[in-house]
Order: sequence, then C-alpha cells, then structure tokens
Amino acid sequence: MSDALPIEVTSPTPLLELRGISKEFPGVKALDDVSFAVYPGEVHMLLGENGAGKSSLMKVLCGAYSADTGEFYYKGDKVAISSTADAQKLGIAVIFQEFSLVPYLDIAQNIFLGREPGGRIPGTIDRRKILADAKRVLGTIGFDIDPSTIVDKLGVAQQQMVEIAKAISQNARILVMDEPTAALSDRETELLFELIARLKADGVSIVYISHRMAEVFALGDRITVLRDGRRIDGVRPADVTPDQLVRMMVGRNVDMTYPRNFADKPGELLLEVKGLTSSTGISDINIEVRRGEIVGLCGLVGSGRSEVARAIFGADPVTSGEIMFDGKTISGEPDLAARRGIALIPESRKSEGLALLRSVSDNLVVSALRKLFPSGLFDQRAAQRTADGLIRQLRIATPSARQTVGLLSGGNQQKVVIGKWLAAGSKLFIFDEPTRGIDIGAKSEIFALIDRLVAEGAAALMISSEQIEICHVCDRAYVMREGRIAGHLTRNELTEENIVRLGMHHA
Amino acid sequence: MTDIAKDAIAPPRSFLSQDAIQVFYRLLAAFLICAVLAVLSDSFLSLGNILNVLRQASLTFFIASGLTLVVLTAGLDLSVGANVALSACIAGTVIHKTGSPALGILTGLACGGIVGLLNGIMVTALRIPSFIATYGMLWVLNGLTYWYMAGETLHGFPAGFRQIGSGYLFGLPIPVYLLLVFLGIGTLFAQRTIWGQEIYAIGANPVAARLSGIPVARRLLLVYAVSGTMAGLASIIFLSRLNSAEADIGESLTLPAIAAVLIGGTSLFGGVGTVFGTFIGALILTLVLNGMNLLSVSANWQPLVTGIIVILAVWLDMKTRRRAQ
Repeated sequence: MSDALPIEVTSPTPLLELRGISKEFPGVKALDDVSFAVYPGEVHMLLGENGAGKSSLMKVLCGAYSADTGEFYYKGDKVAISSTADAQKLGIAVIFQEFSLVPYLDIAQNIFLGREPGGRIPGTIDRRKILADAKRVLGTIGFDIDPSTIVDKLGVAQQQMVEIAKAISQNARILVMDEPTAALSDRETELLFELIARLKADGVSIVYISHRMAEVFALGDRITVLRDGRRIDGVRPADVTPDQLVRMMVGRNVDMTYPRNFADKPGELLLEVKGLTSSTGISDINIEVRRGEIVGLCGLVGSGRSEVARAIFGADPVTSGEIMFDGKTISGEPDLAARRGIALIPESRKSEGLALLRSVSDNLVVSALRKLFPSGLFDQRAAQRTADGLIRQLRIATPSARQTVGLLSGGNQQKVVIGKWLAAGSKLFIFDEPTRGIDIGAKSEIFALIDRLVAEGAAALMISSEQIEICHVCDRAYVMREGRIAGHLTRNELTEENIVRLGMHHA
Repeated sequence: MTDIAKDAIAPPRSFLSQDAIQVFYRLLAAFLICAVLAVLSDSFLSLGNILNVLRQASLTFFIASGLTLVVLTAGLDLSVGANVALSACIAGTVIHKTGSPALGILTGLACGGIVGLLNGIMVTALRIPSFIATYGMLWVLNGLTYWYMAGETLHGFPAGFRQIGSGYLFGLPIPVYLLLVFLGIGTLFAQRTIWGQEIYAIGANPVAARLSGIPVARRLLLVYAVSGTMAGLASIIFLSRLNSAEADIGESLTLPAIAAVLIGGTSLFGGVGTVFGTFIGALILTLVLNGMNLLSVSANWQPLVTGIIVILAVWLDMKTRRRAQ
C-alpha cells in the first residue's frame, strides 16, 4: 500500500485503455459504457459481485467477446481487439480459473504448445531447445522445477505457475488473473504474491479479479468497481475502506456481520456418527449434531471434510462405523438418506447440485417429488406453484420458475440447491462450502437462511474454508486433519487461530 | 450488429417450453412432407396408403418409444433389434408348442423385459457404459437366436393371433390402436409421473440426480427393462404381422428406431426430448420412405435419405436450442 505511487504522474499514458465498452446478450446488458485503463507495472483490482460484468470485461479484453461499441487504445494509439489473436499480439494474456493446460503433456510442451521450435528435419520438434527455453522462462518467474514434469502431476498452484510462465513466454505485458488464489493454500498464495511483485517490477501490468477484501488491499494499486455492467468508480486502496468498497459493489449497505441468533441450549440429538471409516481416506470419525445447532467442519482442503459429508449422505461407501439419524441407524444410498431427512448441498453447485439445462422449477422440486406427489402422478402446475413459493421465500432472482437454472448467478443457483431441500422438508442440512464463488450480498442472505432453518428445529453441518464464517455462525466446530477429527472447538474456543492450529500438520 | 440488437430485445425465454417448440417444428415438417407428397403422388392421400404409413410407423414407434426413455437418461440400447428377434422366435415356439397365443405373448414380453433388465444390470451394477453393454448384448442375443433357430423358420400362427398385426377394428389397423395406447402411456409416464421426472433429471445430470436423492440405479433398471419389454411387444406385432419368425428379423430394426428417436428431438446427451417427438420422428421417417416408394425412387436411396434427415434434424435442434440459451 505504501508504494501506491501517484501512477498518473509517473506514467501519463496507459498501456491499454478501453473507452465506452458496451456488450449486450439477449435480455442482458453485460457491459454498459465501461471505461477502463491499465498503466504499466500496476496491479489493477477488478471488483464486483457475480454478474457485475467482470468476466464479460475480461473476455472483451482478451478478444473472446467482441464489444458492441467502444474503443481500445494501446499506448495511446487506437487499436482493434476483435479476436484472441489481436489481444495476444498486444501482449494480453488471461489466466482463467480453469486452466487450459493439457494434462498429459509436460510443462515444456505446454508452455510452447502450438509454437514449438522446429528441429533440423522439417516437421520435427527440437526437444532440447524446448526444454532449455522452458527452463529459462520458468527461471524468470522463479519457479524451480524440471520442465519435463507431466502437468497432470502438478498441484493447482504449480499449474497456475505454468500458465503464468506460458503467458510470459508469449511476451505478455498485461496479465489478467481471475480469482487466482481461489484454490491456493495460504503458503501458495504468498508465493503467488511474491511472483506478482516480481512481474510488476518487470513492468508487467496485472488485472486482478478477486472476491477477497484482504487481497484487494494487500496487492492493489488501483481498484475499479463494477456493478450491473457499469463502472461504478475507480479508487486507490489508500482512499477507501472495505465497507465503502462493499457499498460500491452492492449499491446498498450490507451487513458484513453474519446474522446468527444463538439458541440458549441445543435441542435433541439429531445426528450421531460413531467411528465412521470410508475407503475415501477418512477414519474413525465421531460427530454429533443437535437440532438448532450449526456445527462447523473445518480443516485444510484435502483433510477429508467433503468425504465425511458424502459418507454421511451415503454418496460414498462406508467401510465401518455407524451413522445414527433421528434415533435410527442409517446406511445405504443417498436416496435413503434424503428420504430420512438429510440434505447435502455439495461443494460444486454446477456439476453436483443442479441440472443446469433444466428449469428453476424442475430443480427446486426434484428432491421433493415423492412428498409433493404421493400418488406418483406429477403435476407441472403444482410443481411450479411450489417453485414460485420457494422463489419468493428465498428471494431467488429469476424472471420466472421456467428460467433455465444455468442462466442464474452463482448466489441464486446456490439458493436453488438449498431450496430443493427446503421443499423436501429436510431436517439436517450438510453444507459443503456454501458460499464459494458467491457475492457478499447473497452470502449474508444464505447465512440468514441457515440461521432461520436451525431456529425452526433443523440442524446444519457446515464445511467452509472461510474460517471467519465458521467462527461467526457456528455453535461449535470439529477440525479435521489427514482424514481424522483432530479436535473439537466449543463456541468460546472458536477462533481462527485455534482452527488453524488444530488443522495444521505437526512439524 | 442489427441481429444482436434484435436478439437483445427478445425475451430471454418464450412462453412455449422448448420441448413444445421442438414438437411443433416436427409436426410442421411432417405436414409439409404430407403436402408435398399429396401434390406429387395421386395415391398418397388414399386411405389405404395413409393407414399403411401409420401401421409401419407404429412398428418403428414401439421399439423407439422404449428406446426414447433410455436415451433420455443419456444411455443407448443397441440390443433392441436383436431382442425383437429372440423374443419373436421364443414367443413363436411357445405358440406352436402350446397353441396358446396368450402364453406366447406373455413369453415374448417377458423375454424382452428380462433382456432389458440384464442390460440395466450391466449398466448399473457393473457400470459398463450402456453403448458397450447393449452392443455386447446385441451379439449375445444374435448368437442365441441363431443357435436356437438353427436356420429354421417358424410360420403359420392361429388366425386370432394374426389379427394383432394385420387385423382391423372399425376400419383402422389394430397396430394403430396399439400405437395410440402406447403413445398415451409413454407420454403420461414421461411427463406426468414422478418416475418420468426423475428420468429427465438423471439424463440432465446423473451426479446431481443421485445427490438429490433420486434412486438412480433403480430408475435406470426400470428404463432398460421398459425398453426391453417394448422390444418384446414389437416382437409380438412382427410375429403376428409376418406370420413367421426367422433369426435375422431384428437386423434392420435398431438403426431406424434410433433414427426415429433422434429425428424426434431426443438428445443423445440425455435430459431432453419427448415420447411424442419420437412418434413424429417415426412418422417422418415412414412418410419419407413411403413417399420414395410411391414416387418409384429406388430403395437403394433410402439409407442415404434417412441419414440426411437425422443429421438435419439434430443440427436444426442444436441451432434452435443454442439460440434459446
């Protein structure tokens, strides 16, 4: 923050400037007269809720979308970006959240994919030169690894480094990064920040999309806030507070605290897991959840949290142990667990939670078919009435119950996943990362909803990597480490430090 | 630019459901084909010819309707033709041996259903991709049928039994009544039962369906069993219409059935399509082949035309759906 120099003075001409960019899709104005400038060697944070237009702007920037109106200037000269090739020529590279690496090729092959140096015999590839060049590029970003390593064997952070190396090898001067730390551990995040500092020093500009407030202030030289496809403001981190930024993003005051009315005493025992062991790598899990409680399940990514959730729900086979729900032992497939009153809101909404091509209504009633239509005869109108009720109750932003669910924003999709279990009348809600990729407004709505559910006698088991969320909303929490429960924290003991301490591997 | 602007004004989703639009286009295509054939050929609009078209379409439809359910779950049943052959031969033998058409019909349906159930077990319990499981089943069934028949032909069935395939009731062929009955049952099952809804959900996203509490394995077993049973039903109609059974009668049935499903707008990726669409698919296919016969086009051209229609139908579907999304 201290080196947030008055950039306009040091370099008066932006490296790249977009003026009056608009882009429309059927029924949606994705970008509305957005102007945006990137100066050499700056980190430009792009902020906004889901659906604010960040992704669209990014795609216009890299030539994947062509803007309906607007102009581009490169170092003050007017240019056209109408294809990804145009953008590449200008040195613009995007590091998407989903990497575009070929998993079964090695690092060097990936870096030079499609532009391999030719060997002496035409049509062959100079393997030695590829390896040497890759080594050199990796060196410039400080990534010490054998370039002949197969990409599939790399972790997420390392794959990201390869993506960055690939961009640098194409002489990228503007790197666009879409939530680059979303899948990284704290240590990996630190390494990425070091790399960003190094790139900056080399004069590379970075457009950085993030949902994490801490990063915005730690990294950003400037901040552009988008909302509903419009540019709301451009500010410097030193001149704003996080609350002000949130207000700009949301357009209204949002309660950043997490709504939770803690019950005086927990209700009766609802879920009791004893010695649960599964072939997915979890062993001897003991968990209790009572009605009226929100119980956290924390630990590092990969510590077995999701596996516990899946085993309780019957999605993975249990090798030993017992699951008691509402006084009865349960075992079997998810349909049995669901019928008894267990709900799983899985980590990946799109691939595990929703049928994206089906309507909001279809998705909302899918788990409640037996309950809504005990005769077995389905009635589309009755289904839509149920869906309309849930849409109102959960304030799902959709033109109608017949809208394709894949067209909704992340937060609204998540509400649909929760809604289908409300329709089913579930008693225990297992949330696996319920707020991942969801904007702040929707987050606090989802927490208010969970609070209301447990106040009405349901219970929740909540997995989250956002420790601050766990600390604020949970009655107590279990912390996992390497497939086992490493400890239990009561309400009073629930602090980020304690969660991290219990979840860390012992040195 | 103007096109984009026009699209932007259009509402994101029209009042008609996507399925209704697909069916509407298909009905329109069927009517257009009828109109063209009526102009080109004098005999097309004769009652005899129309009933003939319906009867032929019904045979394809029986097989294709069960197959539609399988395809809705993003599966495929390549064994339906071979299943028809085996079921017909076994049912024929039972009728010959016992003299009871009723027993023969039951055996045929049961044989078809059991084969379907075995397909379902391979797909669910053994987790073999349906394409491969039913392709293997095709060979197994062919092998069984050829061994069982040993080059023989069964023929000569009781007159009452032959009525099913070639008889008339109030001036309409009996298969047409059966067609209407099964079209009704199939549509009700797919659109108006919770099982039907679950089948669509499985096809749209099997992982999400399972994690939404749908008993995916049981529904898949059901779907393959239904497909097999419909093949069993088709075998009875064939047997009674042809008045004979040979080992190779199923060989030309599977691909037209798949064509009817695809022309009818059911997506091979699952979750999209209707049984009614398949009926129209079968109708379009039959109309075109009938028209070619009436216009004395060589039968050698029929596969080529079928192929073009399938490709056109699927391409147009993808185009309209992409625009809708």
